[in-house]
Amino acid sequence: MGSRSGSVDPDGWFFSQANMVFGTGDPDGCRRRLSTDTGGLSVVPRKKIKVADKLEYLQILDEKARVDETLDPKLDGDTLLGFLKLMLTTRLLDERMLAMQRQGRIGTYAPIRGQEAVQAGTAFCARRSDWMIQSFREPGVCIHRGWPIRAILQLWGGYEEANDVPEGVNDTPLAVPVGSQVPHTMGIAWGMKMKGKDDVAIGYVGDGGTSEGDFHEALTFAGVFGVPAICVVTNNQWAISQPRSRQVNAETLAQKGAGYGMDAIQVDGNDVLAVYVATSEAVAKARAGGGPTLIEAVTYRLAMHTTADDPKKYRSEDEVKKWEKRDPLIRFEKYLRDRDMLDDAMHEQIVSDCKAAVKVGVEEYEAARDVDPRDCFKYMYEDMPAELVTQLAEFDEALRTEGVTIGH
Amino acid sequence: MAQLNMVKALNLALREALAEDNDVVVMGQDVGQDEGVFRVTEKLLAEFGRERVIDTPLAEAGIVGTAVGLALYGMKPVCEMQFSGFAYQAYHQIEGHVARYRNRTRGRYTMPMVVRMPFGGGIRALEHHSESQEAIYAHTPGLQMVICSAPRNARALLLASIRHPDPVIFFEPKAVYRAFKEEVPDEPETMELGKAHVARVGKDITLVSFGAMMRATLEAADDLSDEDNIEAEVIDLLTVSPLDTETIANSVSKTGRCVVVHEGHRTCGIGAEVVARLVESCFYHLEAPIRRLTGYDVHFPYFAREQAFLPGADRIKRAVRETLVC
Ligand SMILES: Cc1ncc(C[n+]2csc(CCOP(=O)(O)OP(=O)(O)O)c2C)c(N)n1
Ligand SMILES: [Mg+2]
Repeated sequence: MGSRSGSVDPDGWFFSQANMVFGTGDPDGCRRRLSTDTGGLSVVPRKKIKVADKLEYLQILDEKARVDETLDPKLDGDTLLGFLKLMLTTRLLDERMLAMQRQGRIGTYAPIRGQEAVQAGTAFCARRSDWMIQSFREPGVCIHRGWPIRAILQLWGGYEEANDVPEGVNDTPLAVPVGSQVPHTMGIAWGMKMKGKDDVAIGYVGDGGTSEGDFHEALTFAGVFGVPAICVVTNNQWAISQPRSRQVNAETLAQKGAGYGMDAIQVDGNDVLAVYVATSEAVAKARAGGGPTLIEAVTYRLAMHTTADDPKKYRSEDEVKKWEKRDPLIRFEKYLRDRDMLDDAMHEQIVSDCKAAVKVGVEEYEAARDVDPRDCFKYMYEDMPAELVTQLAEFDEALRTEGVTIGH
Repeated sequence: MAQLNMVKALNLALREALAEDNDVVVMGQDVGQDEGVFRVTEKLLAEFGRERVIDTPLAEAGIVGTAVGLALYGMKPVCEMQFSGFAYQAYHQIEGHVARYRNRTRGRYTMPMVVRMPFGGGIRALEHHSESQEAIYAHTPGLQMVICSAPRNARALLLASIRHPDPVIFFEPKAVYRAFKEEVPDEPETMELGKAHVARVGKDITLVSFGAMMRATLEAADDLSDEDNIEAEVIDLLTVSPLDTETIANSVSKTGRCVVVHEGHRTCGIGAEVVARLVESCFYHLEAPIRRLTGYDVHFPYFAREQAFLPGADRIKRAVRETLVC
């Protein structure tokens, strides 16, 4: 497509574009068709353009934990148990945070139950020097990358201290405006390309987020500049109350990637093996200069959008029950047991280790309440402007005289 | 008369507008089935159907941009931005087209539309959910920037905004949404846009505020009366652009002193405009420098620190006392 040979305009632009539209290598034909007045009816048989050819679906471990042996990557035990530990820690933290929200110990919280495999399967593909660009529902990714659980709690507890990016981590903090982080993913990846590094940027966005303009502009850049990025679309079927079908009148979200000239694949997002394999391939390709990939991970938000939301208003219990059976943890634990890589004793030990990690995080969070209120002035500029110095004095004075409390 | 909170009062205005004018459509994220994340659109989908109460995809530029097209074609869209912090995604449509179409087409095409959004702090929310950026829209020619402060004016101003031939950015102080109830008349009631309201009469000092800060300001005024025998006149701006200079200037000409209170940042905020107008229009009546008690010029902090950012009654009282000894 778009061959420039034989075109008569010096830039080759007009005919290469026209050929794409009409699927023909015949420039004169284009002209004839363009000038034919058919009164709205086409007399020209059209050729099909096979765009959707680029799309594949990958599932390795189905919801009954049956494995497609031909696709099983046969990963080593450490990696497989690593998936399990991360998914379990994420799940346990999630449950703990829901309880803490109800107790008023953190603010509104966006649970991730059901989406653990997307996070584990992608995060395990990154090395330290890669960057991960979260949206707002990726605590699993954060844990794997070395963000302390304390920081995750601080974010939802209303503390800026949450965003102290830990030493050795390059990742970006949570992005609240939906879709706004996708251009950053592409820009970070572009920087890697400019600097000749073989690192990659892995960024996340939800199904709802793929409707935002930022998403589309980001993919436009990613495709045009061939950046080493992976755009993980966590299609959890819902954007608050709006079903996936309300975001785009198309069969898949993966084809949005194809639309921008990116490689794209749809995977079973509740199958950690499929997520891992698809992401590893995309990462390897990106490192080798092969450009960006969009991965649509099909999963489900088993809980409410946030603790302020009541999903009963817009979706059926039956739908939730159906997806509960596809829980990524159930099938993956069975996979491990079927291979004698996990037994009850081990499982118990892992759960108790994960619980301990969560407990430590909660304790650290509660112990970190005594923060300096003035921090909200401190990081505004390299040098604080005079007016802000004056306002900070006013802020101090107000705190001294008003007995305002800082805390969750 | 019914006792309504602000959410119910806004809902009433929307219901009245949908009922009285078939060209009115309500559109936004989660406004239909979910009835709005704050339930402002409760029962509207059930009553008016999917053609009139529209759940849109998650795309603010799409919402406002298609609303421009709908308005051009004769509809009267009432758009909801889920939070004012997400209206930037639509700002190029607002500044570039909503605010300009009448002027661009020399009066031929108008923009009879409303963009509603919850704003302001105090609800323990995540980043981008607590800001007060009314100054951005007040600074944009061609827009009317309306900010309600209580249930009754919320209903009257929203209905007036929807009926208005020109575009309105309508800010709803989310901290007030369910904070208290007020008598709201059964018959449709409107208030003229562009008019400030004298919410409390006094002779010693003028306090100018709007939105959720009206509560702290009125509380401070009552305390000052009880504690210090200071009688403050309190003005609720209600529309911050176009600004009602006359009402503010009349009051300050009488009292000679003024404190402006708002949550939004100080630099180039609404307070700056109020002070400038007062200096221009009643400089010789001023007995003391005018104070601005506002959000600081820093990003609205995460919620553990939000009470330290928001002006409260104590800060207002202190500013008033300091202004009175000048
Ligand atoms: C620009 C913007 N608009 C609206 C919102 C409010 N909001 C927060 S999450 C959300 C739904 C997001 O859906 P999706 O992208 O599918 O992610 P999920 O919540 O399912 O993880 C909305 C509308 C926002 N945060 N940012
Ligand atoms: Mg979603």
